[in-house]
Amino acid sequence: MVDNNYEVIIIGGGPAGLTAGLYTSRAGLNSLLVEGGLVGGQIVSAELVENYPGFPDGISGFELGQLMYQQAIKYGLNTIIAEATGIELREKQKEVKTTEGNFMAKAAIIAGGSERRKLSIPGEEKFIGRGVSYCATCDATFFRELSVAVVGGGDAAITEALHLAKFASKVTVIHRRDQLRAGRILQEKALSEPKIQFLWNAIVDEIEGEDLVKRIKLREVKTGEKSTLEVAGVFISIGLKPNTDYLKGILPLDTAGHIITNDKMETEIPGIFAAGDVRSNSARQAITAAGDGATAAIYTEKFLS
Amino acid sequence: MSEPLAVNDDEFDQIVLQSEIPVLVDFWAPWCQPCLMIAPILDELAEEFSGRMNIVRVDVDQNLKSAVKYSIMAIPSLLIFRNGKLITNVVGAKRKQDLKQIIDDALK
Ligand SMILES: Cc1cc2nc3c(=O)[nH]c(=O)nc-3n(C[C@H](O)[C@H](O)[C@H](O)COP(=O)(O)OP(=O)(O)OC[C@H]3O[C@@H](n4cnc5c(N)ncnc54)[C@H](O)[C@@H]3O)c2cc1C
Repeated sequence: MVDNNYEVIIIGGGPAGLTAGLYTSRAGLNSLLVEGGLVGGQIVSAELVENYPGFPDGISGFELGQLMYQQAIKYGLNTIIAEATGIELREKQKEVKTTEGNFMAKAAIIAGGSERRKLSIPGEEKFIGRGVSYCATCDATFFRELSVAVVGGGDAAITEALHLAKFASKVTVIHRRDQLRAGRILQEKALSEPKIQFLWNAIVDEIEGEDLVKRIKLREVKTGEKSTLEVAGVFISIGLKPNTDYLKGILPLDTAGHIITNDKMETEIPGIFAAGDVRSNSARQAITAAGDGATAAIYTEKFLS
Repeated sequence: MSEPLAVNDDEFDQIVLQSEIPVLVDFWAPWCQPCLMIAPILDELAEEFSGRMNIVRVDVDQNLKSAVKYSIMAIPSLLIFRNGKLITNVVGAKRKQDLKQIIDDALK
């Protein structure tokens, strides 16, 4: 299926991409949305979203994602499950390369968001689902009365630690600095939770076990002193990484890999826009991603006319 | 039968282990968002593979015994059994095409 007549191709089906698709489709632009994973983006893993306006009682992230998708396809947005692997400029056209073939369009909106950063240490991949987890809300229940570690020091990590403390016998937060990045209220909650203890200035070097995780190997940042900690679970929450690996050398990125745009969501290349979490200085919220998507779509329409 | 059957600890042996055809068991829980994400995909696959592979669900919240027996430590976990033996174990939400491939491989 190679249709070269798209006016705009949107990469990513999270709040930014789905909103962009809603706007471009309603504007009558022949639009294709390319989604590499599951439609809805990161927000689908939020249990309850309480800060997306219009839902005074909150809404599950899963439902919000589904509703955004339904609204966009209602106006004719085409979607395909494929991962974008590159963009090439062909005179006035943009060729988007994907795992399901290449597609041409006059404009592209990149809304690939971000994904959880991995530690990239020995044992991490091997023990996924055997003690290594990236979702405390999903998996905390399997660690009842067991000792677990949380790696990270931001809001997400501390939220996970507090959730785990309801199940586990002991939660050790391992952070590479000597203070948390998490907000004050969360910090206070965590510091007063007797089951939570902190290991400061520590880095995890390796996750070990047999069939299941048994221990982690740690290193003190300053002294280099090594130690081990017996745990049954390791919850990794060390931040997000923008999905832009395939754009290196094509678009200007900031040092963390986010795409640089102006306030019209334009990148340096005419006709290529970026929206949502993938963008430099994004506020990383569902509503701001949706807002970016709308802005990008409106300036795409202007660019095409 | 299309909608995957909910199986509890007491029925596990009979419905899963003694099944004539392979069975895919989706270990899930209602508070697990990635589980909800793949639920509609499993509904479709249950329909598509009807007669060749049964797809059933175990709510780990209510059926900790089965979850413990198979060392489930993350959900969704999808386990495929043939003749009472565990032959495949995948963890985490996957795309439909990937799940289809996993089932196809298990049926080989
Ligand atoms: C657990 C959790 C709870 C959260 N809670 C809230 C909350 O309460 N309120 C709030 O406002 N925000 C919340 N957020 C943040 C919010 O989810 C994000 O800010 C928002 O989803 C960003 O939207 P996006 O469209 O920019 O990117 P994403 O949601 O990341 O979507 C990007 C999509 O692009 C796809 N993609 C990436 N690369 C490619 C490629 N090369 N080819 C094809 N597809 C690709 C991805 O698969 C993904 O589906 C939460 C996030 C998490 C993880």
